[in-house]
Amino acid sequence: MALPVVVVDSLTVDLPPQGERPHAVEDISLELRANEILCVVGESGSGKSILARSIMGLFPSPQVRASAGRVLLNGENLLAASPARMREIRGTRVAMIFQEPMTALNPVLSIGRQIEEVIEVHGAPAPAQRRRRVLDILAAVHLPDPERIAHAYPHQLSGGQRQRAMIAMALVLGPECLIADEPTTALDVTTQAQILKLIREVQRDRGTAVMFITHDFGVVTEIADRIAVMQSGRLVELGEAQQVLGAPAHPYTRALLEAVPGLRPPPARADFHARPTLLAVDSLHKSFRSGGRLFGGGVRVVHAVKEVTLCIRQGETLGVVGESGSGKSTLARCVSRLVEPDAGKIMVGATDFTALSGGALRAFRKKVQLVFQDPYGSLDPRQKVGAMIAEGPLLHGEDPGRARARAAELLELVGLDSRAAGRYSHEFSGGQRQRIGIARALALEPDLLIADEPVSALDVSVQAQVLRLLADIRDRLGLTMLFITHDLRVAAQVCDTIAVMRAGEIVEQGPSERIFAAPRHPYTRELFSAVPGQHWTAGAAPPDPSPVR
Amino acid sequence: MREIFRRFARNRPALAGVAVLLAVAALALLAPALYPHSPFEMVGKPFEPPLASTLLGTDQLGRDVTAAVAHGARVTLLIGLVATFIAILLGVTLGGIAGYFGGWVDTLLMRLTEIFQTIPFFLFAILLVAVLTPSVGSVVFAIAVVSWPPMARLVRGEFLSMRNREFVQACVAMGMGHWRIILRHILPNSLSAIIVTGSLMVATAILIESGLSFLGLTDPNVMSWGFIIGSGRTVLRTAWWVIVMPGIAILLTVMAINLVGEGLNDALNPRLKHL
Repeated sequence: MALPVVVVDSLTVDLPPQGERPHAVEDISLELRANEILCVVGESGSGKSILARSIMGLFPSPQVRASAGRVLLNGENLLAASPARMREIRGTRVAMIFQEPMTALNPVLSIGRQIEEVIEVHGAPAPAQRRRRVLDILAAVHLPDPERIAHAYPHQLSGGQRQRAMIAMALVLGPECLIADEPTTALDVTTQAQILKLIREVQRDRGTAVMFITHDFGVVTEIADRIAVMQSGRLVELGEAQQVLGAPAHPYTRALLEAVPGLRPPPARADFHARPTLLAVDSLHKSFRSGGRLFGGGVRVVHAVKEVTLCIRQGETLGVVGESGSGKSTLARCVSRLVEPDAGKIMVGATDFTALSGGALRAFRKKVQLVFQDPYGSLDPRQKVGAMIAEGPLLHGEDPGRARARAAELLELVGLDSRAAGRYSHEFSGGQRQRIGIARALALEPDLLIADEPVSALDVSVQAQVLRLLADIRDRLGLTMLFITHDLRVAAQVCDTIAVMRAGEIVEQGPSERIFAAPRHPYTRELFSAVPGQHWTAGAAPPDPSPVR
Repeated sequence: MREIFRRFARNRPALAGVAVLLAVAALALLAPALYPHSPFEMVGKPFEPPLASTLLGTDQLGRDVTAAVAHGARVTLLIGLVATFIAILLGVTLGGIAGYFGGWVDTLLMRLTEIFQTIPFFLFAILLVAVLTPSVGSVVFAIAVVSWPPMARLVRGEFLSMRNREFVQACVAMGMGHWRIILRHILPNSLSAIIVTGSLMVATAILIESGLSFLGLTDPNVMSWGFIIGSGRTVLRTAWWVIVMPGIAILLTVMAINLVGEGLNDALNPRLKHL
């Protein structure tokens, strides 16, 4: 067995006194060995990031501090180390990569300069030698043309390239321990797959001990040697990857694993071909212009949606999947006419939605309602929940008493207490807010419900509940849905038909079962093969983790 | 609401500011009762030092500085509040329309705002009062005209970001009209920023008024703090109290308003402070 590089010994980290719990991390003991990847998994607020940061000695505020325990790096207690000693250790022996490379890199310094700086602050070899090492490390993380990348600024690189540059920066001094805090969460699945492969590769080559923080079990199955599961500050399970994934001992781990949606769609609910068409979108086009100056010139045009044609039949759920920037959200906003399309036609039932304007448009809008992604931004913070849900019906002339009664009914329908009506949205959790958002959309009894990434901001267990709720309501009310998501696992659960978007175009469209079983378009195939942990489903033993994937 | 109040009440400097403001307001309200005679009336010999026959002494014409400061509080506060109110109204309306509707409306209104901002605001105020002949009305007008652009820019920014927030989009999707969205959803959410900036604008308005009166650009029949200082500046070396007493009043009031404004800011936007 490899030697432990980092030993965390009954570590407790305090939170500020007025917080919701006294400790961010409570009495945690684990070790991180050389040449392994330890995944620390947990939902938001489980204390996994604080655990990682306590190894670096980087606490988010002075009130958050370790109150008990030790963190040993090769026998040296880092919690007792002086600030000067910690500065020596950071970068040379323990390094960190962050979630969002755009904010973790300094936007006004070139990539090469930033990596060079790391070498410079830890004893400076000659400039020529430094530059050599920068180019070497950039090549090691497989960045094309290291010379050019070294001179580039962060905004000139893609998300994946930036994350590679971050990894290069972390590895340049050859640390024994690398801490990766959700390094792929902000990336698209295809990029994520590449970065995971890279982390695995550099870890193997250098024998680095990697602590990998994530909330995504798919990622865990791809990369973990061992797994630590955290729940509200405590370590509930720790073991070999195969064992934790295959035979989880703790009920919380089991619950988390079961909440991960499978990649196989359930059998088709019905044959929708015979049903009447509810939404018909015909050659929809939308482009955005930016950068135009006062006196013309320099205008950039981005074609967000190009010639999109699709149709949804009564009661059907169409999933639009694609990576960020594929235009799927713009499509949703065009269909709901929050954004004016440049060309094309949107028919809702027998009405030409695109031809409406003014009062007729406002009156018709109730037929198309939206559920938004951000559970925090989508509810008016200054409005009580009941008023929020009743507002739509009131606007369309409903009697106030009836609207209030209906709001209470809807709250019950989405699984909340009807007394929630008298409270403000900030008193609810993310999942509950999403339920309120759904109730608000349903209040107008829409013909078409557009859900724009409705579960992307939620933890996996909450995500499962909200998805079940949506599917349940849809079946009960016979709703027709346009479901936008980047997550193929989510799409598999709720969609009858799937349209795959890339760069503003739909590249493939068909019944979920067929698309998942036999994708035809090369891009669809690429997208599917990039989904982390696809060979693994809850309850089944994971594949042998030893070969490099 | 109770939470905001609690956070405000924990802020000692802000509470001190409230105390000073309450005292000034009380002085302004009670001035006619305490000093029923006109502040322009001569009550004693000229240049009597403080505590000789009157509390704060007399000026070069034998007028009571105490009475002048008390009656001045009325005028100064009134001008400050009314001018700020008009400026807020103008700023919120124009900035709100620009931010919400965007496009050419925004361009037009913002260019207009910039035109106002290119003129040094104090010179502009002097010019306006001089052209319109000095009176309480013209002073209020001038202060309001030079004060609204920053408010308009602030509100525009708030509305612009709020416009694309998902809860506003949800309102649009519900079929809500523009004015209802603006008044019921966006404005209440921008209110904390408006209140904080507005409260600080009162302090600026008082300073502009004082500056104008110091230059003699004010209604000669109305006793404001700036007016006392303006008329007393020639006798600074013989009777310092004529200038110092209203000066202290301005200093205390402006400082108190700033403290209250900061306190409001911390209470209404608690996250900004602790990040």
